[in-house]
Parts: sequence; structure tokens; C-alpha cells
Amino acid sequence: MTRLPITKTPKVYVGGAFIRSESARTFPLTNPAGDFIANIPQCSRKDLRNAVEAAAKAGPGWAKRTAYNRGQIIYRLGEMLEARRVELAEALRLGGSSAAAAAKEVTATIDRLIYYAGWADKYEQVLSSVNPVASPYFNFTVSEPMGIIGLLAPQEAPLLALISLLAPAITSGNTVVMLASSTQPYPAIILGEMLATSDLPGGVVNLLTGLRAELIPTFATHTHLRALGGVANRVEQAALKLGAAESVKRVGLFSAEQPINWFSSEHQSVDALRAYLEFKTVWHPMGG
Amino acid sequence: MPTLLNKKRSASSLRRQAAPALIFGDLWAYDPAPETADPKLKTRYELFIGGKFVAPASGQYFDSINPANEQKLAEIAHANTADVAAAYRAAKKAYEQTWSRLPGRERAKYLFRIARLLQDRAREFAVAETMDGGKPIKESRDFDVPMAAAHFFYHAGWADKLEYVAPGRRVAPLGVVGQVIPWNFPLLMLAWKIAPALAMGNCVVIKPAETTSITALKLAEIFQDAGLPAGVVNIVTGFGDTGAAVMAHPLAAKVAFTGSTEVGKIIMRSLAGTNKKMTMELGGKAANIIFDDAPLDQAIEGIVNGIFFNQGHVCCAGSRLLVHEPIAATVLAKLKQRMRTLRVGDPLDKNTDIGAINSKAQLATIKRLVAVGVKEGAALYQPDCVLPAKGFYFRPTVFSGVSMSHRIAREEIFGPVLSVLTFRTVDEAIEKANNTAYGLSAGVWTDKGSRILKLAAELKAGVVWANTYNKFDPASPFGGYKESGFGREGGRQGLLDYCQFV
Repeated sequence: MTRLPITKTPKVYVGGAFIRSESARTFPLTNPAGDFIANIPQCSRKDLRNAVEAAAKAGPGWAKRTAYNRGQIIYRLGEMLEARRVELAEALRLGGSSAAAAAKEVTATIDRLIYYAGWADKYEQVLSSVNPVASPYFNFTVSEPMGIIGLLAPQEAPLLALISLLAPAITSGNTVVMLASSTQPYPAIILGEMLATSDLPGGVVNLLTGLRAELIPTFATHTHLRALGGVANRVEQAALKLGAAESVKRVGLFSAEQPINWFSSEHQSVDALRAYLEFKTVWHPMGG
Repeated sequence: MPTLLNKKRSASSLRRQAAPALIFGDLWAYDPAPETADPKLKTRYELFIGGKFVAPASGQYFDSINPANEQKLAEIAHANTADVAAAYRAAKKAYEQTWSRLPGRERAKYLFRIARLLQDRAREFAVAETMDGGKPIKESRDFDVPMAAAHFFYHAGWADKLEYVAPGRRVAPLGVVGQVIPWNFPLLMLAWKIAPALAMGNCVVIKPAETTSITALKLAEIFQDAGLPAGVVNIVTGFGDTGAAVMAHPLAAKVAFTGSTEVGKIIMRSLAGTNKKMTMELGGKAANIIFDDAPLDQAIEGIVNGIFFNQGHVCCAGSRLLVHEPIAATVLAKLKQRMRTLRVGDPLDKNTDIGAINSKAQLATIKRLVAVGVKEGAALYQPDCVLPAKGFYFRPTVFSGVSMSHRIAREEIFGPVLSVLTFRTVDEAIEKANNTAYGLSAGVWTDKGSRILKLAAELKAGVVWANTYNKFDPASPFGGYKESGFGREGGRQGLLDYCQFV
């Protein structure tokens, strides 16, 4: 008699816990052949607001970690992914990736995490400055994390794009509320399980699954989100920017209409870190 | 934190306030000391498009008045959408045919020339700035004009060193940028906007504020004298409709706005459907935090400079004074005494500390919010100085007994009005300072270095002044957190907002 396998109930990772949507809604996940695999939580606006609250709680503590510590935690996340390559690749194959493509995406994802782990205690030296003002002051400019960042993953590259957008935001001490690919949400579900075991404090990364059209208006207008990033189409961008104006949010979005090569080195750079940093200039008198 | 509990010190500080006040000017009248340099004003200023002064397609002009005496200074052209479109065409042509083809070292030379020519005519520009905007001559002479020249000089040197702006990346200009600037620092804001844009290789369409267009158009004369290629900078004057046209024009690859948060949000909404890059330098309600171990006399000067500099028409003004409770009475007494010595009046007088409010409309806004403060129960103090009969003036004003919920503690007044709040602990000071939608600047006064660094790290503001206030420099990036806007102006970081990566 063959053993009936235990199937996994997909849950989203929010505030360091695995939850279903408060709305109790789900949408079915199928494999490329159309067979039912599992029910994915269809997160609501309320779930998004709860996730922002969780991110707000985690924010100050995460930002105060030393850069060295944040670097090690993100490296640890890379270790968790490395150990579960097979599982991640299988999650990608559910979305139709070939075995080779899935393996390539997992590899690139892990390498990207390691890339940003290494930036944690270096970007400040590259981006900040001591400024030679023409008066007797010691004047310097340093960076600070913006706070809570709202991110929208594209439909494609459901693991690599997710990490490419997420990693720079958290490397510098921001916390993130992110909507995963709605056509291929499963890799984000699996990633949540790795985040939970990576020493990353709960609430630093909050991953939601659900429908873009439903959640984008709240991403746009939630005043505690200080910046919006990720990928959006023309209509979504207009809605996000319109809502962002209400609280002068920073908006930096890739266009969904243009093909994006997430493997490109363009998607790993210090500029991605800079996008979620505020620059603060301090004046201090020099004298006896 | 022993200083927080040092009752003995605060008691002695309280006793000191009993010393008799010596107020200069109480017993005798000052002789006037007017600055007499010729501002060399024209009776009519046209638009500056394609390197030439051209009459507006609208055929309309409006008066620019001197807010100090309400006399007409000149007629200014009112640009309509056709004029703005012509300016963009000129900028695009200059960008494609001239400016983007010039090597950086040649662009640099133009900017150096502009800086030098402005220095040559500094006094003339200072007088014009003071007459047009109402600010005291000592400020336009010692701050606005030299700082504007410094911005051109600083950014000139970047033009051929752009490979150092973004490590590991190649930068390129964006193209034509549209800029709208406010009336509080007309020439200086112009320099802040134009110099980095040009250094990076962009061309500009810029609109000064309607009450302060004159020095912008005088600077256009310098652009001509410097031989700046036609169309690299185009200046269109007018009201909100002109500004909206500058922001909305499809040829603008990027828009930069300095002004109120309210208008900034309107611009952001209006551009939501576009891919234009933006920088926003918006309002503020900065906390100026005084601890009990602060050098008090210096701190009082810092408070005065923080809120009364440029009649308080400063987006980063220290308009919320947070005083450590043990010294609150002393600080308030010293501040009131210092305020009695401030000279309010003719902006052209070299001894004037507080000049004219920029416009009738702004004076009305200030009066309205001050009335709100009185109604909300805060205690108002104004020294009894005599104000000129003509012109727009407002006495330096301090409200004590203000709480965080008062409108005068939350809304930007943009005038010489200070709200005083108190705090007991460092954490309370930080909490109160950050409890605002704004985040442009903050001040900290304390003798303790570690406390300065703690507050510098905790205050959510783009600029933090420690034991000083309202200091600026072209090498020092300026810009806000939260609803005070985004993007930086000045320094290496400021250049990043005028380029793209290629």
C-alpha cells in the first residue's frame, strides 16, 4: 500500500507567524497541468494593514542592529535557502519552470542574497560623506533606513525578483510588506518558512499572497508605508503614485510592460540600497 | 543623566533673570542707515527664452511690488502655456544641439563664469533682492547672494568629475528639467536648482515665484554676459498656472519643486500618470531642542536666528522650540528680552533684523494662524516695536504654553512666529520632535557630545543642526524626510537627483 503524503497548508509569513488571511479566503494553486495543488491565502486589505503594523513594531529594533549583525542574518538566510534548494526549485517548477530554469533561478537568488549580505556594513562608506563647508563646522551626511517599504513582486521570476526587491530594502534596516506574485505565489510561501528560521526578527519581512487589484489601493494610501517599490503596470503605477501623493511617499517602480531580466547585474547594486535610504546631514561646530 | 535633575542649577538660572534689562534703542532713536547701491531695475521684465528676453505670447504683465512700501518696482511678463512650450522647445534644442555635446570641463567654465559675474554684481543683486522680497539687506548681502554664487562655483567643479558621483555607475543627464521655486530665497533657490542641473548636463525651464521674479531675470542678464548657450536656462515668470504648465509639460524629464507641502502634493497627484522623475522640497515644522546644559546665550541667538531669519519665511525654520523644563522660564525670559532688541522695519536699512513680510497674502496667513494660537489658549508675546505705516510687517511673536495638539505647533506658519513647548526627558524631546508629518530639519542645543549624536541619530529630519541653526552650504546636502519631501540639494548626494544611470 502506498503511503498518502501529507500535503502542506500554505500560510503566509506575517509578523513572524504563519497565518491564513483574516478574511478566510483562498484561491487555488494548480500545477502547469491544471491539477489542484493547494489553497493559497487571498490576503485582504486588513491583512495588509496588520502586516504594516507588524513591520512598524519590528522596524526600530531591526534598524538598530549593527550593520555587521544584519549582514550575518541575511547571510544566514542565504544558508537556509542553500540547504533547501530542492524544495525551492520544486516550488518554481509548479509555476512551469523547467528543471534547469528553476535551478538557475534558485542559484541566482541565493547569490543575490549573499551579494547584499556583504553590502550591509559597506554601503554607508560608499554613500555617505564628510562635506567641506565654508564655515567652522564639522558637517557630515549619513544614511538612515526610510522605515516600512511596500513592495510589489512581478508575476515572473517569483523567487529571484522577490529577493532582488526585498534584500536591498532590509539590508539597510528597513522593514518590508510585500505582495508576492499572484500567478506564482508558492515560492513566496516556501521562502517564508526560510525567513522564519534565518534569525531575521519577526515582522522585518512580511509576505502576503493575494490579488493585486484588491491590495494596490491600500499600498498606495497607507501612510505608514514610507516608500513603494517593485513592479507595476501603467494603470497600477498611476494609482500607486496618486495615493502616494497623500503622504509624500517615495515611489520607484519598474514598468511591468518592459521585460525585466532579473538575472542581470543591474538588479544588484548599491543604488537599490540607496532607493530606500534617507540622507541626513548633521552640522556640528568646531572650536574650543 | 544628572543634568536633567540638577535642581540647584536651574534655581540659580531662574534667579539670574531678575537682572535689569538693558534694551538698546529704548532711550534714543536710531538714525536710518540705508543701503544705497543701485539695484539697476528695468521698468519691465520679459521672459527669458532661448537666450533672449522675449515678450509673452499672452501679452500680459503683472506688477511686482516692494513689500516694504507697496510701491511698484517693475512689470513682469505672465507666461501662458504657449510661452512655457516655447521655453521647453528652446531647452530641448539647446540640450540636443549644444549642452549635452559639450565636454564637462567646458560646462564647468560657464558655471564658474556665472559665479564670478554674480560676485561682481553682488551688492546690486542684494539690493534688488531686498526690494523685491522684503528681506533685510544684511541677509541678502551676507547670505542670499554670496551663497547663490557659491552654489554655482561649487557645482561648476563637478561638471567634469561626474564619474565620481555614483561609484561603479556611469551617469548621464536626464534632458530638460522643469523647476518651480518659492519666494523666500528667490535668487538662492534659483542657484540651488540651476547649478546642479547644469553641472550634470541638463537644460532648464524654471519659474520663479510671482512676487519675486526680478533677481531671476537679472541673473538671466548674467547668463547672457557669461555667454551661456541660448536655451540652456529658460526663465518663465507668472502665477500658479504658469507653474502648473512647467510641471506638466511632456518634455520635462524631471520636475523639481520647492514650496509648500500642499502644492507639492497637488503636483505629485497631477503627475501620477507620468514617468517624470521628481524631487520635492516641501514644508517643515522643525523642532529646536534646548537642553538645560546648553550654552544659553548662544542658544538664544540660535533660537532667534532659527525663527526670525528671513522673517521666518524659511521651510526649515525652528518654529517649534522644545525647552527642557528646568530652564523653560529662564529661556523664555531671555528670549523675550532679546526679541525687544530686534529691529523691525525698512529692509534696506543695514541695521534691520526683521524686514517685510513677502506679500499681503502671506501676512494674512500669518495673522490668521496667530489668531488661532490665541484662541487655542497659548500665551502670546510680541515686543512693542513701531511698524512702518506702509508695507507688510509683522512683529516677532512667541507663543508659550503651547501643546502638541495646538495648530500653531503642527502647521507651518512661515512667518516670525515661534511656538514654545517643554519636555522633561530626552525621550520626550525626541518623541515630541518627531511627532509631526514633516521632517525637514531639527536643532539640538546641549553641551554633551554623546547626547548630540544620540539626537542626531533619532531625529527624523534631513538636516540636524547641533549648537547652531539655519546654516547652509553648497557642499552640504539639504532635503527632508516624510512630508517635507524627497531628494537632496547640494553636495554629491544632490547631484544624484539630476542624473540617470547608463
